[in-house]
Amino acid sequence: MKPAAFDYVRAESLDEALDVLRNEGSDARVIAGGQSLMAMLNMRLAKPRVLIDIMRIEKLRAIEPAAGRVTVGAAVRQAELLEWPALANELKLISLALPWTGHAQTRSRGTICGSIAHADPSAEMPLVLLALGGEVILRSARKRRSVAARDFFLGMMATERNDDELIEAVAFPSSNGRRCAFREVARRHGDFAIVACAAVATGHGARLAVGGVADTPVVREFDDLKGSALDDALNAFAYELDARDDFHATARYRRDLVRLIGRDLIEEVTR
Amino acid sequence: MTRMAAGQRHRLRFTLNGKTVERECEPRMLLTDFIRHEVGATGTHVGCEHGVCGACTVSIDGRPARACLTLALQVEGSEVRTVESLADPAGRLGVLQSAFRKHHALQCGFCTAGILMSLDTLLAQRPDASEAEIRDVLTGHLCRCTGYAPIIQAALEAAAELKGETSREQVNA
Repeated sequence: MKPAAFDYVRAESLDEALDVLRNEGSDARVIAGGQSLMAMLNMRLAKPRVLIDIMRIEKLRAIEPAAGRVTVGAAVRQAELLEWPALANELKLISLALPWTGHAQTRSRGTICGSIAHADPSAEMPLVLLALGGEVILRSARKRRSVAARDFFLGMMATERNDDELIEAVAFPSSNGRRCAFREVARRHGDFAIVACAAVATGHGARLAVGGVADTPVVREFDDLKGSALDDALNAFAYELDARDDFHATARYRRDLVRLIGRDLIEEVTR
Repeated sequence: MTRMAAGQRHRLRFTLNGKTVERECEPRMLLTDFIRHEVGATGTHVGCEHGVCGACTVSIDGRPARACLTLALQVEGSEVRTVESLADPAGRLGVLQSAFRKHHALQCGFCTAGILMSLDTLLAQRPDASEAEIRDVLTGHLCRCTGYAPIIQAALEAAAELKGETSREQVNA
């Protein structure tokens, strides 16, 4: 349970970090708060040759509300965003979901972008990014590009990020008074979600995102909200997620949770 | 940019329990191992080594953190506090520790060092922490023998004393 040996780079600027990434490619891993990566290193599920610490890069530390969205830099810790005074107003859904991300002891170090880069299928931040229709801003020595959340998560811990890229920031659309709701079922508060759901009002219905079931979080729009039509649509959605039995819960239990929590949340945001 | 090569020892400097520590270590060394084996402060316990059990919890810059999910080199320049900081130099127990003793909030004591540091950072930030907040912080710890009820009782009593509602004499009685 100790990491294999690696070189440690303490980057002082974004260009330095990008330079190492360009040269080392898949042999390098970026470490921010390390609350997912360190466990992988300890268990030797990851054995990078170089670790690039980006937490001293001042320009990655910003939380910036502008033009209807909030951009959160790669070095912003989860606890820092939770303590941001404007959070409940600007990013209501995150203020609901973030207390479910890990425990106080991991949120103190873990970052928002790190959780999204890790892309655990049951993690809350990827789910919320998808539910809100946010973007991931990727940066390499060659270029900067934005990827929509729906195109970013490719599979279990697999994302659109290339080996020479790092997540510079993520952008969440501001709440703007839109109703939203979040609920999660886990064995213990802070453990991995068995099912986590986030809903956002769209004006003509609701958008529901589900985590913990498929290999990535999945989002669906629900416009026909009357009576059994919604039940039927939620049932179809629950089956499409292709739930599996595992150590924590059966596939059937997960489908039940999607149907029940899904209905509750959609009603809550469209009431 | 500083690049520190694998397999070589590199200088590290931070504050541990109020004293400057300046030593060398390899990049892959965890903060748990650095504190225990390099410094020799063995109060911090090592349980699961992947961030689940909470036994290794220490305070980094005033926040509770898993020392097993932290590289020693990451705390360069930081203030780290461990369970050794809670009693005074004469060995008189701190408020939380006294309350733990009074309420039998530990049996084997393996999880205790981490729990004390989580609760200590919570009460330092929020002396009026509610039972719900105490329970929320405790979700980050596994205790397999004492049970959580006496731990919560001890934490509530320590919080009351820190708020000035009870005196140290009552806690020690």
